[in-house]
Amino acid sequence: MARAISPRRKVLLSALAWTIGFLIFFPILWTFLTSFKTEEEAITSPPSFLFFDWTMSAYEAVQRRSDYFKHFMNSVVISFGSTLLGLAIAIPAAWAMAFVPGKQTKNILMWMLSTKMLPPVGVLIPIYLLFRDTGLLDTRTGLVIVLTLINLPIIVWMLYTYFREIPGEILEASRMDGASLMNEVVYVLTPMALPGIASTMLLNVILAWNEAFWTLNLTAAKAAPLTQFIASFSSPEGLFYAKLSAASTMAIAPIIILGWFSQKQLVRGMTFGAVK
Amino acid sequence: MMSPAVLLLLGWMLIPLGMTLYFSLLRYNLLSPGEESFTGLQNYKWFLTDPSFMESIYNTLFLVGGVLIITVIGGTLLALLLDQPIFGQGIVRVLVIAPFFVMPTVSALIWKNMFMNPVSGLFAQLFNFLGLQPFDFFGQAPLASIMAIVSWQWLPFATLILLTSLQSLDGEQQEAAEMDGAGALRRFFYLTAPHLARAVTVVILIQTIFLLSIFAEIQVTTNGGPGIASTNLTYLVYVQSLLQYDVGGGSAGGVIAIILANIVAIFLMWMIGKNLDA
Repeated sequence: MARAISPRRKVLLSALAWTIGFLIFFPILWTFLTSFKTEEEAITSPPSFLFFDWTMSAYEAVQRRSDYFKHFMNSVVISFGSTLLGLAIAIPAAWAMAFVPGKQTKNILMWMLSTKMLPPVGVLIPIYLLFRDTGLLDTRTGLVIVLTLINLPIIVWMLYTYFREIPGEILEASRMDGASLMNEVVYVLTPMALPGIASTMLLNVILAWNEAFWTLNLTAAKAAPLTQFIASFSSPEGLFYAKLSAASTMAIAPIIILGWFSQKQLVRGMTFGAVK
Repeated sequence: MMSPAVLLLLGWMLIPLGMTLYFSLLRYNLLSPGEESFTGLQNYKWFLTDPSFMESIYNTLFLVGGVLIITVIGGTLLALLLDQPIFGQGIVRVLVIAPFFVMPTVSALIWKNMFMNPVSGLFAQLFNFLGLQPFDFFGQAPLASIMAIVSWQWLPFATLILLTSLQSLDGEQQEAAEMDGAGALRRFFYLTAPHLARAVTVVILIQTIFLLSIFAEIQVTTNGGPGIASTNLTYLVYVQSLLQYDVGGGSAGGVIAIILANIVAIFLMWMIGKNLDA
């Protein structure tokens, strides 16, 4: 607005915004702080906020439960695995749709998006039985397959929107300058497409890491990622607040940080372009 | 080049869905395999007349509706606030957005154990401090507690989408209206709200699709209980299929869930299609 905002109003609004932001963020902050307390400290009343004896004992206790690292690696393998596999399938598809659109391209794209709207519970039984009979139950491979399929629509969609933003004239110009198809893809297209691919990868790793429905139902002990590990804290260990906080912090911290960098991608990927 | 993606998704759609449909017409219990028999629409009749089905539908509607109301109204207000000139807008955004990236199992447990626990949770300590009786959140109001947790998770999403939409508002139009004497409230109703209406619709549709499938929060906190007080349709089908081994009945429930989701999806696809043309 051209009219100057009174500084008093700005301060008041800022205070309000900061208070609300703090309240919303508080549970995460509290978890982080509690993870550095001893178990006795964690349940004292009144609760201590910042001034207590900070200790790493909760983290050590969680690490000693030797499965933490295994679950962490499972999460890593499953999220990155499904993302990379998804990208491998989606990049050619999105490329074709963005640069060589046909008459049916739009319909195919919409249909792909609609597969994301299928409630997973509708296919829970067949997938469970299929996996059981093919030995894919409780394997990382099985989960990678499922997560690739459920996120493929989003990956294709996001890549499509990023590729569409690459001006076709540059590709034409390079072709006129004598570049072969290979050269065109490697030297002209890829550098321009890399940011889009990176953004898509970022969002997808986050979505796959946090995926709870399939990871809780298709894994038991060997391939269980962090979602399952934390779920095992539901009782009675969940009452050990410091341990719960330590395990939780380790599970969510990387993703929250990644998430902070992916706000724009989130809007683009999750609203399917219906909001600009 | 499109074919691998298209074929895979086609297979993903047809094969499991086909199997679900097929199973829903059988009497198939995992504890007695090999004794399946064709029962036609019996499973559907049974599922639809089971009292737990109606209860789960109410619970689903309560969950979805409650979360939608909180996130859309809260998200709009927050987005309006964050759109104002304030100090450190970036940091507030980062604070507000964080809950969306927390794993559902983690947020459910943190809320249940560290905040809502009636003995040592923070809320209990606060109530005691104020001289009130601590409220047993999950004992007395399991579904509402789950609804609160899910709202906390999705509020950032709604806020972010609505804020993005607000930031594409035409500033000059606002200025012109202001110069013509329109007050803040009037400007909101005639200029801002119609523009936001579109984003709000998208938020509602997308959230509904995901909220129909709330699962992890229920399993980790109440397991659908007490009884079926906090069971939604998704959880009911899960219990039916994987815990009671009734593949036939569970599949019928799954088909019903798909039909419900499709109704919402049709609206969403229509909106996306309109935008794709733009």
